[in-house]
Amino acid sequence: MAATDQNAGEEHTRRDFLYIATGAVAAIGVGGAAWPFIDQMNPDAASQALASTPPIDVAAINPGESISVMWRGKPVFIRRRTEEEVQAAKDTPLSDLPDQEARNPNIGGNADNVATDENRGAIEDEALLVMIGVCTHLGCIPIGEQGEFGGWFCPCHGSHYDTAGRIRKGPAPTNLEIPPYTFVSDNEIVVG
Amino acid sequence: MAGHGTSNFQPKNKTIRWIDSRLPIFSLMNEQAVEFPTPKNLNYMWTFGAILTFMLVVMIVSGITLAMHYAANTDIAFNRVEHIMRNVNYGWLIRYIHAVGASMFFIAVYLHIARGLYYGSYKAPREILWMLGVVILILMMATAFMGYVLPWGQMSFWGATVITNLFSAIPLIGPGIVEWLWGGFAVDNATLNRFFALHYLLPFMIAGVVVLHIWALHVSGNNNPTGVSIKTSKDAVPFHPYITIKDIFALLMFCLLYGYFVFYIPNYLGHPDNYIPADPLVTPAHIVPEWYLLPFYAILRAIPSKLGGVIAMFAALLVLFVVPWLDTSKVRSATYRPLYKIAFWGFVFTCFALGWLGAQAAEGIYVLLSRIFTLYYFAFFLVLMPLLGIIETPRRVPNSISEAVLHKHDPSSGGDKEGGFWAGIKRRGKKLAGAGGGTDGPTSGGGSGRPEAAPAAPKKD
Repeated sequence: MAATDQNAGEEHTRRDFLYIATGAVAAIGVGGAAWPFIDQMNPDAASQALASTPPIDVAAINPGESISVMWRGKPVFIRRRTEEEVQAAKDTPLSDLPDQEARNPNIGGNADNVATDENRGAIEDEALLVMIGVCTHLGCIPIGEQGEFGGWFCPCHGSHYDTAGRIRKGPAPTNLEIPPYTFVSDNEIVVG
Repeated sequence: MAGHGTSNFQPKNKTIRWIDSRLPIFSLMNEQAVEFPTPKNLNYMWTFGAILTFMLVVMIVSGITLAMHYAANTDIAFNRVEHIMRNVNYGWLIRYIHAVGASMFFIAVYLHIARGLYYGSYKAPREILWMLGVVILILMMATAFMGYVLPWGQMSFWGATVITNLFSAIPLIGPGIVEWLWGGFAVDNATLNRFFALHYLLPFMIAGVVVLHIWALHVSGNNNPTGVSIKTSKDAVPFHPYITIKDIFALLMFCLLYGYFVFYIPNYLGHPDNYIPADPLVTPAHIVPEWYLLPFYAILRAIPSKLGGVIAMFAALLVLFVVPWLDTSKVRSATYRPLYKIAFWGFVFTCFALGWLGAQAAEGIYVLLSRIFTLYYFAFFLVLMPLLGIIETPRRVPNSISEAVLHKHDPSSGGDKEGGFWAGIKRRGKKLAGAGGGTDGPTSGGGSGRPEAAPAAPKKD
């Protein structure tokens, strides 16, 4: 090998090229063959197809009442908040919020996207709050009307959310997510 | 006697000789499990390797038989476990052997690791051996976690949710990774099904790494309570019958404890909420992992940030990989390290404290205590280990295993407990006076606690 290296410089570079080219083709081949085995673990077509809920009647929910519906295997909290709850959320200055983003895909691109109560509640009906009921820390289900801020409290690791579902205290990094939803009639929404 | 190698292995049976000349499996067994030279001063902390091997076999056998009756489908998984408990012949026994066995496996592995930390079994030339052990520990944790999901009770479901959500802390790709792990948008049938497949696979991967672990062990040989390597054949006994009989005795004692749990308190170490079927709409008030993961869970909760907590939890495990390079002391065994000994027992206490705190609610004084003990957990590895090796004055290390063993039984010497420079000189003088025939190979000089220099592998010659 050493002799080849010294005596035949041309062959040396050619052989190197062949090694690299062969290795590159093998790596692409192995990667391509591995991909189906990796991708099969992603959500399948049947899971993806569970994109939206049937219409949900929200007019039947009185102030101070909540319902939970399942969407993509997760609970969605739909709560018609009392006036005091809305007022408490409105009175909270933004500087008190660890996460100041609205986390609401339903507000248009022109909105300022900050976590004010207007940007958290439904556009058509601010007292109506629709959120994915999954703690943004490690995925437990928060309990309603609990915690230091009268909103939601996650028992697993002690995250406190306020009456607009915004994180106020504890390890959760972000406000409770708001799912995409639309009013299909005056009284009914569809989540997803 | 040990140290004579394979040359004198001459099986009388003609068939065995015929096979052995083609596939030398009998001489391999003879060399590695019969004649293998083992330090003659091993204590009972050295029996957990055999106990762990036994436990791996028990878990694989009981697991395969359970798999014959179980079905990984969210509609029926919970009922299939009850079916095993009520209808399958001896199903209750096999399931309790498997469920309690997981706890016993971890009791044994934690004692095994503590042994390694106390006697410096991770130090040269056993770094790879130690790191393979850490790989086994991580595989065990992954296997145990996925196995706990299979009964599809409340703790199964919410444990799986919390642990898989740990990965969502990774910036940018985190949420994608979590959906990839779930195969959906929440822990569901796809998750249960793949966890079952992986729970079946991982024990065989563990078995593969165990082979490498034992291979590495048989290159460097066993460490021992003195930390001094075997220097002459006088320091060693053959593996069989000395160690085999000791291992079997310890295994029987261990099985008494195991049997007590299986037959009298099979659910003592489990959580009653796991007998409630999984409900994705209700989180139990108190989510706790199995006891063997509690210290790491406490570390996770001690850090007031999601990503920080996840990093600290994984770091608590991964720091074990670099222990061989964190410990700067040249003396292996804590027997001769007065300060490290204190630090070590502080670490043991910390692990118990974190385990207790992991089961408490994440509020008030518990959070503060978790932080204090998390700090000590990391300080033990990252500060005390490097620092003590420099500032500590070790006691005199015996020149050989034989010397240490003989002194223990010599009433006039005051035993090994008597430390310090002058005691060392005194002992050494006595030893030399009464040595008579053989000096045990090259000796390290002085009474100043110098470690033995050449960790000679017990190669046969």
